Amino acid sequence: MHPVLRTVLQRLGLGIVTLLAVSVIIFSSLEMLPGGYAENILGQSATPETVAAFKRELGLDRPATVRYFEWIGKAVQGDFGSSYSGLSGSMKRDVSATIAPRLYNTFFLAAMAAIIAVPLSLVLGAMAALYRNSWFDRIVNSVTLTTIAMPEFFIAYILVYVLAVKLKLFYPNSTVSIGTPFLEHVYRAALPAITMTLVIIAHMMRMTRAAIINLLASPYIEMAQLKGVSKSDVVRRHALPNAWAPIATVIAFNLAYLVVGVVVVEVVFVYPGIGQLMVDAVSSRDMPVVQACALIFAATYILLNLLADIVSIVTNPRLLHPK
Amino acid sequence: MVTDKKRVKGETLLDIRGLKIDGYSDDVWNPIVKGIDLTLKRGEVLGLIGESGAGKSTLGLAAMGFARPGCRISAGTIVFDGMDLIAASEEQRRALWGSRIAYVAQSAAASFNPAHHIIDQTVETAVAHNIMTREKAEADARDLYKRLQLPKPDTIGDRFPHQVSGGQLQRAMTAMAMSCRPDLIIFDEPTTALDVTTQVEVLAAMRDIVEQFDTAAIYITHDLAVVAQMAHRIMVLRYGNLVEEATTRAMLKAPTQEYTRSLWAVRKLQKPEAISDDIALRIHNVDASYSGSLKVLDNVTVQVPRGRTVAVVGESGSGKSTLARAITGLLPPSRGEIYFNGKPLPRSLHERDKDTLRRIQMIYQSADTALNPRQKVRDIIGRPLEFYLGLKGADRDRRVVELLESIELNESYIDRLPGEMSGGQKQRISIARALAAEPEIIICDEVTSALDQIVQEEILSLLMRLQKQTNVSYLFITHDIATVRAISDEIVVMHQGKVVQQGPKSKVLSPPFPAYTELLLSSVPEMDPDWLTGLLAKRSKKVKAATA
Amino acid sequence: MNTATTPARVIKARRSVMENIRRNLKTAPLTAWFGMIVILFYAICAIFAPLLAPYGESEIVGKAYQLSSPENWLGTDQIGRDTLSRLIFGARNTIGIALITTLISFIVGGSLGVLAALQRGVLDQGISRVVDAFLAIPVLIFALMMLAVVGKSLINLIIILALLDSTRVFRLSRAVALNSVVMDYVESARLRGEGMRWIVFREIVPNILPPLITEFGLRFCFVFLTISALSFLGVGIQPPTADWGSMVAESKSLISFGRAAPLYPAAAIALLTVAVNFVVDWFLHKTSGLRDGH
Repeated sequence: MHPVLRTVLQRLGLGIVTLLAVSVIIFSSLEMLPGGYAENILGQSATPETVAAFKRELGLDRPATVRYFEWIGKAVQGDFGSSYSGLSGSMKRDVSATIAPRLYNTFFLAAMAAIIAVPLSLVLGAMAALYRNSWFDRIVNSVTLTTIAMPEFFIAYILVYVLAVKLKLFYPNSTVSIGTPFLEHVYRAALPAITMTLVIIAHMMRMTRAAIINLLASPYIEMAQLKGVSKSDVVRRHALPNAWAPIATVIAFNLAYLVVGVVVVEVVFVYPGIGQLMVDAVSSRDMPVVQACALIFAATYILLNLLADIVSIVTNPRLLHPK
Repeated sequence: MVTDKKRVKGETLLDIRGLKIDGYSDDVWNPIVKGIDLTLKRGEVLGLIGESGAGKSTLGLAAMGFARPGCRISAGTIVFDGMDLIAASEEQRRALWGSRIAYVAQSAAASFNPAHHIIDQTVETAVAHNIMTREKAEADARDLYKRLQLPKPDTIGDRFPHQVSGGQLQRAMTAMAMSCRPDLIIFDEPTTALDVTTQVEVLAAMRDIVEQFDTAAIYITHDLAVVAQMAHRIMVLRYGNLVEEATTRAMLKAPTQEYTRSLWAVRKLQKPEAISDDIALRIHNVDASYSGSLKVLDNVTVQVPRGRTVAVVGESGSGKSTLARAITGLLPPSRGEIYFNGKPLPRSLHERDKDTLRRIQMIYQSADTALNPRQKVRDIIGRPLEFYLGLKGADRDRRVVELLESIELNESYIDRLPGEMSGGQKQRISIARALAAEPEIIICDEVTSALDQIVQEEILSLLMRLQKQTNVSYLFITHDIATVRAISDEIVVMHQGKVVQQGPKSKVLSPPFPAYTELLLSSVPEMDPDWLTGLLAKRSKKVKAATA
Repeated sequence: MNTATTPARVIKARRSVMENIRRNLKTAPLTAWFGMIVILFYAICAIFAPLLAPYGESEIVGKAYQLSSPENWLGTDQIGRDTLSRLIFGARNTIGIALITTLISFIVGGSLGVLAALQRGVLDQGISRVVDAFLAIPVLIFALMMLAVVGKSLINLIIILALLDSTRVFRLSRAVALNSVVMDYVESARLRGEGMRWIVFREIVPNILPPLITEFGLRFCFVFLTISALSFLGVGIQPPTADWGSMVAESKSLISFGRAAPLYPAAAIALLTVAVNFVVDWFLHKTSGLRDGH
């Protein structure tokens, strides 16, 4: 087998194993509680009978392994079971149906932020690296160092205060629903998207700058200069072909960061995404929803890193052209 | 076209006057090159020699008008063929680089771009500067590969850098430098990273091609014997200053400066060989391997007599360092036995008692990694005294000072950290730490190869004096034949995990040689400008005789 | 073998610790000075909170949602407590909790990391694989999930975050310890027959301390921001404890009325993390010894 294919398959296998391990961790989190989840919820005054009845209602009376395989088997098909809330009522809320529209909203928001942030930070980061120690680089360095340290909600509320409340350019709350037209959706999601862009752009620029400086310090770059290769050709012919792996890593890292960042930003702007859903479910301790959200977040995270690693593998000349 | 220009021998090609270069470190500019004058005529090969910190690489790059990031040219002029390189614009300099001045770096593996074919990189400058069409440049590159005696010259260019060996890559880089037939090539330690037998081939190829095209060159190295084969004239540098300048023959025959003489200090060390039958350590039919697969040691038998020095010599991958790991118990042998004072030694480190551990000590190649940077000399030398001999407090300190004196350092060093000492001083501390345990055997793993010549000579002399005083045995692992000649009583030659030859020094170093010993010994450059020519003639005669 | 290319070793003159500190402070850039002064200011606020605050932590001093006045410089919150006093007490609570969490995380993650680097083999493989799985789940998400399981409480919050963060500490301390473990001085100590304790505490720890201290600054920022985020989301530090994240959440509705109330506690958080980052950045610059273009 070709080494590239072999390495990619190995990496894919590792990704699947990680995903399974993570699903076990997420599932078993419920089992780790000393005394059990049902007892904890009902409190110490509950009689054994009420605990048993509550467990039966939640389906917690069966062995954990059976429940795990049932859960993961259905989750693979996109079915996350029923929510705990409204259990005793006549209408059982379907977790997947609750999540689906919100997942769309979250990806919509993340995509908006990524479309602005990724190209902008790659270009600015590369420029800071190429003109390092210039005034441009120094300003970029101080500004990004300041912004990466700030909590998302600080940036968010400053933007709300200035752009929405004072200048009245946007709504302070980003309420959208299934019927919202595309452009209206874009407009309403603009403020959260700008917030997320500002948050990750700083990270991404710094990482891009560091990766490119590291690349430019390679002896073969100095050799190319000493061969009289023009500045643009040094970058285009000698740096770029070796830059895909570090750049892919930077992008994946930051998109993963973006996925986590949405939780806080959605709450600030009351944007109906999966992050807000998860926070609400945590407050009401609605475990099927919490676990489903956690699994989706973790899977996105794993998938992004997997993609970056595969880009690194297929652009590595040592693997592409074995001895 | 550059190649059409008539090259007039005797005309000045490069003229450097009063050059000063500073390097930025610890928030200040420190001088690296302190006012150097240098002239080079067309077709002339100039050797720049010096030890670490001499500023020779910085000077070599400055000859191209290039200063590395963190370096700056602070004074002087650099005139190349009538053009002032310092005053010239970056564009003008770049037009010269690669086409009229070329550079060959120390590490070919790092200096080739891993993403492109070798031939694409070879012809890059010629094509980019419109000196040749791509077809013509590629044909020319293949011709150069052939002249440099690369295997399969027609197809080797279609490979990627990681697909060929280090010696081949170094020759490919020479072809790359030659591609535009430059007026000047800077060779920056091009063979330092290579094994000695590979070095000969590369040296021969480089010298040959420079002669064929009558190219001027600056050859930078720390090895005088190497530069003697390449250069017409030699400049000796030290701490950024010129020590001495003369034609190669004059310098080798009659150096005027003491420092120049010290550059071959180790070669002048002599030790009369002494044989002994009192065997302290006997390695018997030992096999060893990492992770069970490939044998790194294959049926190795070596004896170390008491109070004597056994040199184990071989190139990288010969298994000589693995031998040290097998003896110390870090890598238990998979077969065979090691006897210490006649008794079998437990295989693994953990099975050995404290007293056995005390009797076998080790000194490493790099004192930088062998001494804990956060411990003071008092603790570094004091710990074995406390651990093995139970010395404490003032007794311990008194003994530390005694040991410091025995390694020719005074007691003021007792509170120093390794970072506050020079390379030679640090290696002395390593020796004192080994001696503190009062061992019977010290394994010395390449202990001098990271040091400058004159420091090497001092360390070797110290080791010999200490051996006389304490009757300790040395198992001396090295790749350097000059060191072997200087200190050994017996020699073990290793190649690919096997012992090729062993015996008293006088016997191993005189004919008849087994084939590998002969190759190894004959590949070591000598302080004779005609050595390489002679060797090549001898080898080709042999090949002819063999084919006839 | 490349002796010739390494620059000359400059033998450093002997210097005392105090001199070193003074010398380093002298060359500290403006940003680092700014950072150190801010951190000092926060430390004073946290330690002397009861003396500095004009009112008590949960003392109700007037009507709700008052604008700033000579009595309440920053106004009052939703139940009429003094915002400035709550901010000052918040320094003590929020920073204190983040510090304790980071300390636990370093003790657990650091010791396991060093142990894994030393022992290698099964132990290292085992811990590393488990940690790898945990690393694949973002901390905030995992913390949210665990808080849903065990319920909101301060102890739960500290334990959960400390354990999650310790997986990140484990990875770094294992990596730096591994760099030290492969050094000849550790092998030399092994050959001497030294025990585990000596090797860890005398040979390895002194060498890995500088990078770990720098990392402590960064991990503290991360933990501090995560706790603030969780508090902001309503599942972190619980009322009536004065805490900056919760204060942002409690006053967030005011922003629609053009009041900057949520910005004060948010700015308090941002200023501290910026300050720590500036100091860490300077540290990194100093200890790595590497400069751009090298």
